[in-house]
Amino acid sequence: MRPKFQLLDKSLIERILEEAFLLIEDPGVRVAPYVEDLLRGAGITVKDGVAHIPETLARRLLEFVPREFFLYSRSGKLAVHYGGEHVHFDPGSSCLNILDPETQQPRPAVSNDLVRLVRVAENLSQFAAQSTAMICNDVPQEIGDWYRLLLVLWHSEKPVVTGAFSSSSLHTLIDLLAIESGGRERLRQRPRAIFDVCPSPPLNWSEFASQNLVDLARAGVPAEIVSMPLAGATAPVTLAGSITQHAAECISGIVIHQLAQPGAPIVWGGAPAIFDMRTGKTPMGAIETAMLDLGCAEVGKHLGLPTHAYMVAGDGRFIDAQVEMESGMSAVLGALAGINMISGAGMLDFLACHSIEKLVIDAEAIASAQRLVEGVEPRTETLATAMFAQTGLHGDFLKLKETRALFRMEQHFPSSVIDRGLAAMDGSSFDILARTKKRVEEVVASYQRQPLSTECEKELIAFAQRESKPCGLDSLPGVLDTEYSHEPNMV
Amino acid sequence: MPEDTFSAMRQSIVNGAPDVALELAQQAVHSGVAPLDAINNGYVPGMHDVGEQFARGQMYLPDMMASAEAMRAAMSVLDPELRKAGTERPMAGTVILGTTKGDIHEIGKILVGTLLTANGFRVHDLGVDVSGEKFAAKARELNADIVGVSALLTTTMRNQKTVIDALQQAGLRSQVKVMVGGAPVTRRWADEIGADGYAKDAMSAVVLARELMQLKTQEATGIHA
Repeated sequence: MRPKFQLLDKSLIERILEEAFLLIEDPGVRVAPYVEDLLRGAGITVKDGVAHIPETLARRLLEFVPREFFLYSRSGKLAVHYGGEHVHFDPGSSCLNILDPETQQPRPAVSNDLVRLVRVAENLSQFAAQSTAMICNDVPQEIGDWYRLLLVLWHSEKPVVTGAFSSSSLHTLIDLLAIESGGRERLRQRPRAIFDVCPSPPLNWSEFASQNLVDLARAGVPAEIVSMPLAGATAPVTLAGSITQHAAECISGIVIHQLAQPGAPIVWGGAPAIFDMRTGKTPMGAIETAMLDLGCAEVGKHLGLPTHAYMVAGDGRFIDAQVEMESGMSAVLGALAGINMISGAGMLDFLACHSIEKLVIDAEAIASAQRLVEGVEPRTETLATAMFAQTGLHGDFLKLKETRALFRMEQHFPSSVIDRGLAAMDGSSFDILARTKKRVEEVVASYQRQPLSTECEKELIAFAQRESKPCGLDSLPGVLDTEYSHEPNMV
Repeated sequence: MPEDTFSAMRQSIVNGAPDVALELAQQAVHSGVAPLDAINNGYVPGMHDVGEQFARGQMYLPDMMASAEAMRAAMSVLDPELRKAGTERPMAGTVILGTTKGDIHEIGKILVGTLLTANGFRVHDLGVDVSGEKFAAKARELNADIVGVSALLTTTMRNQKTVIDALQQAGLRSQVKVMVGGAPVTRRWADEIGADGYAKDAMSAVVLARELMQLKTQEATGIHA
C-alpha cells in the first residue's frame, strides 16, 4: 500500500469546486485583450475585460485536459511522469540571489552559480528535473529568461521546469528548446521542458500570462499553472477560501488554454501561501502554506489532473535548523500527497535566495520522503515466522540470508550529509554545513558534461550570440567559460 | 474638551472602530473643539499606540488596517473643518507610491500607503505597473518629498533602479528621496541601486519616511543633529 495523506474530504472538495465554478462566472475572471476574441468565440461573455465563464463550458473543457503526459530527457527517455500518484522534485526557480558558498552570505547570483547548481542537481537522483533556478546578474536583464534556459540545456540532460518573463521572450525560449530537441515537431512529441504560467491573484490572467497560455498550447509545449493566492491578502483568509480561489484561477486558465488547443498538456499547480499578519511576509515554510499546497493539489487530483506545488523551501535567511525543519516537513507532506512535481528545493528566505548547500541537504529530506512513499512491503512469504524459525530466540538476524538480500530494499542510506555515526568513525566534521560543503565538492567533481552534437552546439551558440549581442553581451558566461568563480562579474 | 474624550478618540483608533472615531469627531466639531486639538491630542496618539503595539507583536496587520480606517473616518470630519477655518493639518510630507513596471502586485504598497496616510503623510498612489517616467512626472507635479517604489518579483525589482534613473534624468533626484520595498528587496539591493532607504514592512516604511523627511530638512537647512 502506498501511504497517502488526505487533508480534505470529498464533500469539502465538491463544495470548493462548486464555489470555484460560481466565481469564474460571477464576479468572473479578468482577462487580457489577447484572449477576448478566443473566449467570445466559445460563447463566453467578456465585458470590460472580465470574462464570465459558464460552469458547463468549463467542465467540458476540463475533460479535454490530458490526465497524464511525460517530460523527456535529452536522449529521449521518459524522465517525468505527470499524472496519477507519481512524485518528482525539482529545484526552486528564478531566484535573484544565492548564498555564497564561501561566506554563506546572500549575494546576486551569476551564470556560474547556476551552472554549478545544475551540475549538482544533475548528479542527484532525487531531482527528476532541473529548473531555471537563478536569474544571472552578469547577463543583461532583457535576455535573462532565455539565458537561464540555455545554461540548463547546455549542462543538463534532465527535463527542465522553466518559464518566460514576458510574452515575446516565450518564443525565444521555445526556439532554444526546438534547436536542442531537433525541431518544433519533435519538441511537441517529446517535450523536454514545462513552462510555469502565473495568474495574478485574485482571478486575473494578465496580458503576459494569457498570451503565454495560448502560445504554449498552440506550440504543444506543456504549461504549468502556478496560482498564488496569498491567504488574507490577495485571497480569502481561510484556507478553504484560498483553495477555492486557487481552483477558480486554475479552471479559468485551463479554459483559455484548452480553447486555444484542446488536449494540450497543462498542470494544476501553484505556489499559494499564507500572508503573515505580523510582517506581511509570505512564509513558504509555514504549515498552513503546506496545507494550502496539499488542499489545492487534492482538488486537482479530484478532477483527475496532473498536479504541481511549491514546497521544500524554508524562510530563515541562512542554513539552520528552522530552514531545514520547514523544508523537510513539506518534502514529506508533498510526497505523501502524491503531487507530481514539487518545486522549491534549495530556496530559503521567503524564496528570495537559493543555496546549493541547502539543495544538497534538501535532497536528503527528499530521499527520506521518497522512501516513505514506497511504504511497508511484505517482501517475504511469511512476515517474521520463517525468520524466527531460523534464529529461534537467539535473535541473530544479522546472519540470515534474508537480511543480506533485503536490507538494501528496506533501508535508505543517506549520503555523508546526514550524520548516522560515520562522522565519528571517519573523522569528518560534526557540523552539517561542513559535511554538506564537502559533499557539494564531491558531486561537482563527479559531474561530467555530456556534450550535445557538434552541430547542435554550434547552432545554440550562434543563436545565443545573435540574440545577446544587441544587448551588449560579448561573451556567453557559463557556456564557453565554465570555470567557477566566486567573484561576480556584474554588468 | 475633557481629557476622557481625547482618551476615547485615542481608544477608537486602537480599537479600529471607524464608527466611534467618526461620531467622536462629529461631537468634537459640534462642541467647538478645535479640529487640530482633536487630531493632535486624540487621534494621532492613537496611531502612535498602534505603531508601538504592532512593533511589539501585540497587534496584527488587519488590526492596523482597521485603525487606519478609523483614522480616515475621523479625518473625513475634521479635514473639511480645518479647510473651513482656512487652515490645513500640517502634513508630514508628500509621498508618491507605486509598483514597478511589469509588476501588478500591490498589497504591500497599499499597506504602506494606508499607514503613511494615517501618520500624516499626503500620499498619491500611482497603482501598479508604473514606469519610471510616470513616477518622475508625478513627483514633479506634486513637488513630492519621497517616492516609494514597490516590487514583489525578483524579475521586476530591477525596475526600481529605472525609477531612480528616471528621477535623475528629470533632474529631480536631489529633491526627492527614494525608498524601496517588496518581498525580494533587501537593504543591500537598495544600496546597490542608490535608493535612500529600504523598509522591510509597512510600519518600518513609516519610520523610514519620517527619517527621510528629517534628512531632507537637514539637507535644506544645512543643520545636522
